[in-house]
Amino acid sequence: MTGREASPLSGGARLRRRRAASAGAELLSLLAAFVAVAVLVVVVVSIFLKGAGALSVHLFTRTPVPFGETGGGIEQALIGTAELVALATSIALPAGVLVAVYAHEFAPAGVARLVRLCLNVLAGVPTIVVGILVFTLMVKGSGQSGWAGALALSIIMVPLVARGSEEVLAVVPATLREASLALGATRARTVLRVVLPTAVGGIVTATILAVARVAGETAPLLFTSSIAATTVNTDPQRPLASVALSIFADSESPDPHAHQEAWAAAFVLLVFVLAISIGARLVASRARGGRLR
Amino acid sequence: MARLPLPARRRSWPVRHPGDLAMHGIAGLAAAGTILVLVLLTVQVFRQARPAISRFGAAFVWSTDWNPVTNAFGARDLIWGTAVTSLAAVLAAVPLAVAAALFLTELAPARAAAPIRTLVELLAAIPSVVLGLWGILVLGPVLAQHVEPWLGSTLGFIPLFSGAPSPAGLLPACVILTIMVVPIVAAISREVFLTVPADLKDGAYALGATRWEVVRGVVLPHSAAGLTAAVILGLGRALGEAIAVTQVIGGTAAFHASLFGPADTLASRIASQYQGAVSDIQIASIAFLAAILLVFSLVANVGAGLVVGRLQRRRLGVR
Repeated sequence: MTGREASPLSGGARLRRRRAASAGAELLSLLAAFVAVAVLVVVVVSIFLKGAGALSVHLFTRTPVPFGETGGGIEQALIGTAELVALATSIALPAGVLVAVYAHEFAPAGVARLVRLCLNVLAGVPTIVVGILVFTLMVKGSGQSGWAGALALSIIMVPLVARGSEEVLAVVPATLREASLALGATRARTVLRVVLPTAVGGIVTATILAVARVAGETAPLLFTSSIAATTVNTDPQRPLASVALSIFADSESPDPHAHQEAWAAAFVLLVFVLAISIGARLVASRARGGRLR
Repeated sequence: MARLPLPARRRSWPVRHPGDLAMHGIAGLAAAGTILVLVLLTVQVFRQARPAISRFGAAFVWSTDWNPVTNAFGARDLIWGTAVTSLAAVLAAVPLAVAAALFLTELAPARAAAPIRTLVELLAAIPSVVLGLWGILVLGPVLAQHVEPWLGSTLGFIPLFSGAPSPAGLLPACVILTIMVVPIVAAISREVFLTVPADLKDGAYALGATRWEVVRGVVLPHSAAGLTAAVILGLGRALGEAIAVTQVIGGTAAFHASLFGPADTLASRIASQYQGAVSDIQIASIAFLAAILLVFSLVANVGAGLVVGRLQRRRLGVR
């Protein structure tokens, strides 16, 4: 091994060129991953810095103040978002789990395939169009309401919950089902007493991720649950305020105080969404043996 | 395989027991509900758009008017805005996301890949309204002060890069949509790359191929269909984004060929005018915009869904 040319295995200029091309490609892919992560860091850090500066106790304990004044809060929006998301989850969780159970435990393969396709398509429909659907069904004539907003959010949640749940149903060991059936349990009982209890952790994770997603949804609420609600309201028959819509309205406002309020609200929303997204992933990864998903 | 019964027994199902019948029925209803929602979406949007469809017909697509006073409406400028922003976003996001996914599957040690993957996918968790707020108050001014003047002076001879810089306009919308598309394309590409059989890759390595040659010769060709689906889904996400785009695009009735000027997209026009519409024909015209958007997204998602569905079924262990 005196010189490179001496060894037949070390290759010539052509091999060096190929290796250089490969190293270049590796470097580019490393760079791409770095850029993707850097974008997240830049956006999140910049929102945190702006938001932390604008944060005050008033944000949580007061309602908005008139144009130009300071010291307002988004109490009504925090309560509204909590209620909207809770109502939406109470519709979408059972519906989504049932759809997953149907597709994975009951339906013939062809029908299951159709249901899965519909879930994927529904997940891809622009959320603003979902807002229009609920507007035409519930708001036209009778006015905006918390129920209409919650229904719009639940339409967005169902495919998320159903797809996540089916992934968990798929990893429930077939031997558990067979054991239950062999003991004489009916199919329904097997699902309710064996399959679902085994899958419950994953279903909860899927639901939490769906909650994180809809907590920040704005478009479906735009036409369905009021943008102008400035007082605390917990009655879902009437429009409910929401954090996302407050941020949207504040960011469209020319008032710099409103921008401060928007940053503070965005900070709260982002912390909530990131915390539960990361939390759900950590719990799921622990359940799966330390592999972060 | 997770699915329980043997094929022969399968035929005697769904039901023998009343409890099974009830469970099957309720779960089936829920599944029928999702299909019903899709049908309702299409029916309601088209029904609402009907006055505009019968009045303007296909000319709606290339007419440039948008005048609530004279009740003349057309979608050309909005289709332009939608096409420019989503195509630019996809063009920028796809190479980045695919390269990042290749890094995660082919290059990174497992210990590093997991957290990096989580971080990339967390990008998708940022609510669009928060991203839009950042876009109009942080990104827009930076682009207007530093990037757009430079683009204008070097590429100003192209109409796309001419005109006065402005903090709200097509360019920040392109950037925001790129940020939204990256995590989607990266996540799907990664799953697609993971399905490439290790035997094929090992074979190529054994023949002396370099890592890049394995990617180019084995991984990418094997993943072509899945990557196409990833691109289509990313495009669908960009087409339909209403809120963040409304925040950063400046929303104007005027037409600008320049990327720097304010514009509007189908989705952002719906978001900004559906509620304040003054006449029935304006509401119908906005529903027409929604119908165009819906048709695009249905076609894209069914197409991509057929491909992604195959991946999904493989993961679920069902046929």
